[in-house]
Amino acid sequence: MEHVAIADQIDEMHDPDTFITKYIWSQDHKVIAIQYGGTAIVVGLVALVLSGLMRLQLGFPDTFDFIDPSAYLQFVTMHGMIMVIYLLTALLLGGFGNYLIPLMVGARDMVFPYLNMLSYWTYLLSVIVLLASFFVPGGPTGAGWTLYPPQAILNGTPGYDWGIMLMLISLAIFIVAFTMGGLNYVTTVLQARTRGMTLMRMPLTIWGIFTATVLGLLAFPALLVSAIMMMLDKTLGTSFFMPAIVSLGETMDYTGGSPVLFQHLFWFFGHPEVYIVALPAFGMVSDVLATHARKNIFGYRMMVWAIVAIGGLSFVVWAHHMYVSGMNPAFGFFFATTTLIIAIPTAIKVYNWVLTLWRGNIHLTVAMLFAIGFIFTFTHGGLTGLFLGNVVIDLPLSDTYFVVAHFHMVMGVSPIMVLFAAIYHWYPLMSGRMLHVGMGKAHFWFTFLGTYAIYLPMHYLGFLGVPRRYFAMGSTDFIPESAQSLNASITISALIVGASQLIFIYNIFWSLRNGEKAGHNPWQATSLEWQAPDIPPRHGNWGEKLPEVHRWAYDYSVPGAVEDFIPQNVPTSEVAVTADDHEEGHV
Amino acid sequence: MSFFKTLGEKPWLAQAAGGMPLLEHDPHASGRIALRFFLAVVGVLFFLFTITFLSRSQYPDFQALAGQPWQPFTDPTRLWFNTALLAFSSLAMHMALMSSRAGRMNSTIVGVTAAAFFAVLFLLAQLDLWQELQAMGFGLGGNPANSYFYLLTAVHGLHIAGGLIALSNVVFRVWNNGELNALSGLLKLCSNYWHFLFVIWLLLFGLLTSEPDTINALAALCGF
Repeated sequence: MEHVAIADQIDEMHDPDTFITKYIWSQDHKVIAIQYGGTAIVVGLVALVLSGLMRLQLGFPDTFDFIDPSAYLQFVTMHGMIMVIYLLTALLLGGFGNYLIPLMVGARDMVFPYLNMLSYWTYLLSVIVLLASFFVPGGPTGAGWTLYPPQAILNGTPGYDWGIMLMLISLAIFIVAFTMGGLNYVTTVLQARTRGMTLMRMPLTIWGIFTATVLGLLAFPALLVSAIMMMLDKTLGTSFFMPAIVSLGETMDYTGGSPVLFQHLFWFFGHPEVYIVALPAFGMVSDVLATHARKNIFGYRMMVWAIVAIGGLSFVVWAHHMYVSGMNPAFGFFFATTTLIIAIPTAIKVYNWVLTLWRGNIHLTVAMLFAIGFIFTFTHGGLTGLFLGNVVIDLPLSDTYFVVAHFHMVMGVSPIMVLFAAIYHWYPLMSGRMLHVGMGKAHFWFTFLGTYAIYLPMHYLGFLGVPRRYFAMGSTDFIPESAQSLNASITISALIVGASQLIFIYNIFWSLRNGEKAGHNPWQATSLEWQAPDIPPRHGNWGEKLPEVHRWAYDYSVPGAVEDFIPQNVPTSEVAVTADDHEEGHV
Repeated sequence: MSFFKTLGEKPWLAQAAGGMPLLEHDPHASGRIALRFFLAVVGVLFFLFTITFLSRSQYPDFQALAGQPWQPFTDPTRLWFNTALLAFSSLAMHMALMSSRAGRMNSTIVGVTAAAFFAVLFLLAQLDLWQELQAMGFGLGGNPANSYFYLLTAVHGLHIAGGLIALSNVVFRVWNNGELNALSGLLKLCSNYWHFLFVIWLLLFGLLTSEPDTINALAALCGF
């Protein structure tokens, strides 16, 4: 399995020389990755501020005049959509996918650099359209991030006129951007691997990103289909999703459409989306754990199989988001079963991460702290998923804070923990400087403990029956007074965690100038991206000659070898061995 | 299955010396893979539209566009005419590909031009069909079956238009840079896309002109 792709031909790599071709209209995957990442983080900070505003209202109701019920719903909607799509998907695949794929498989660039550039600028357009909805009459849509019809486009929902249209248009543009990027990622992984880089020698990061991209390519069309059909319902009076309805005393022109049809489409996208976010995170955390524990990843093949199995299964669990929408009990049983089955490969991965740490030579770097933190938060969020996957337990808990706690732990906090781990791990590669360790550790402890202070009590609120999506509780007898104090404490924790992210942002900029010089391969990692001749890698990545791969990415602490890591591009004949083992012919 | 064989490899074992053989350089391999994935994306898109069509068809207000004498596609002659235009386009694309492989430049140009001409004609014919339907009183919002007809033909038409842009890009690249030897590889990608959209059109044609009984049977098959 060896290919020479267009990207490998050195004569086709023109070094960009002007500022504009180098940093703005750049076709270099590393610059595009940073553009993607920067945009995603900026828009993510907007969503973080929105969550802070929501928490202010929930923790201290009747205190802030500028948050009315409409504004609250708009904050909820925009926070959810931005975090899931415009931050996580874009940062994990557009950012890290772009940066790491060519470097980890030993290519000079993506296979279609021009398409790659187009993908970023299209993504930026989708972000601008989305953010523009804050400034249109009526403001952004407040339909909830799931945008369920009929309410999403009916008078009475905030932003039912302009906001929802801009949201749908922005999503459609995002899907176009993702498809352009995604075609690039899969083709690069399949076609541009360097000599010796077989599929099973790829780091798990690449397996995760590759599988997630395939999922994205097949799942995003469902969102596009539902967005197009809802736009037509809104603008041209079709009745795909809109039932015959009386709105504000006025009979609408819609006839018997099916709102549940939208839900099926949305979740046929929405559940794979969870794994579009999770699989790259799974892959990256595996590499961070192995590198900083100086140990090969436990059960590499099983990890790959689990990624592929989770990817496949993720397409047959979607209706577990719809137990309360009403469905045939046999369907409920089917989807509950598939949901529990998907826990098996996921549990295998968790066990393998823990077993990788077992008797490893653990270096508690900031990246490692975040990676270990991820194992906690992910296990935690995964276990509550087992509860919610069962129909009978889901019904009473579905519209409560238990669900908010569950999905924030499993797909909010956990991927973010991995993203931080990844940034602390790969920042030296991207910038040539180390991030400041003290600030990093402060950032970790505030974030890790803070998220528990936020989400652990939410499980309890859920058991009490506190409903989610509510602007204010009003007179609700069954909820004790103490729930309000708990809400206030959650808000304070949330504000502290939010503010502590400033340490991280400051660290990023501070270290750019003042960070310790990273040197070559500061973590003593085996994977190919650290073996580039220059750190950070230059345009074309590898200088004159492409690297050749002789081993998998996890040769850490190999018995008999002098050093505790053997890079992928070192041939067996060049591995330094200790005297005893030399005679016995080890390594 | 080589995929399963690949997944069964044990990468931690030492590989035999010499590494892996180098495959021959094929500049179009990447294009082919990317196109295959893109066609999968387009296929999923139309598949999902079809599934929602079948699901929506089981609601009482859905009136199929064929089956009764007063419905427009009980006699689908007009659609057959449009189909013939797209078939010619596909055929011309195939001839262009064959000619470019044989190095016959003139007939390649004729083929590509004819393919583009018939594709544009198909789009115009579809637009004309829209107007005819409107005139007959089958507007977009009148009935979900009408809505689906306009929606599916529009999405399909946009894909054809996108194909035309890609084809003109190929033509300009070959024209400006004189990459004649790259032509057949690029035309191969275009013609695959063309044939794929033709097949999609045949499926849509079948679906949109189905009588209620057929649609109900299909929907029942899908569990709706």
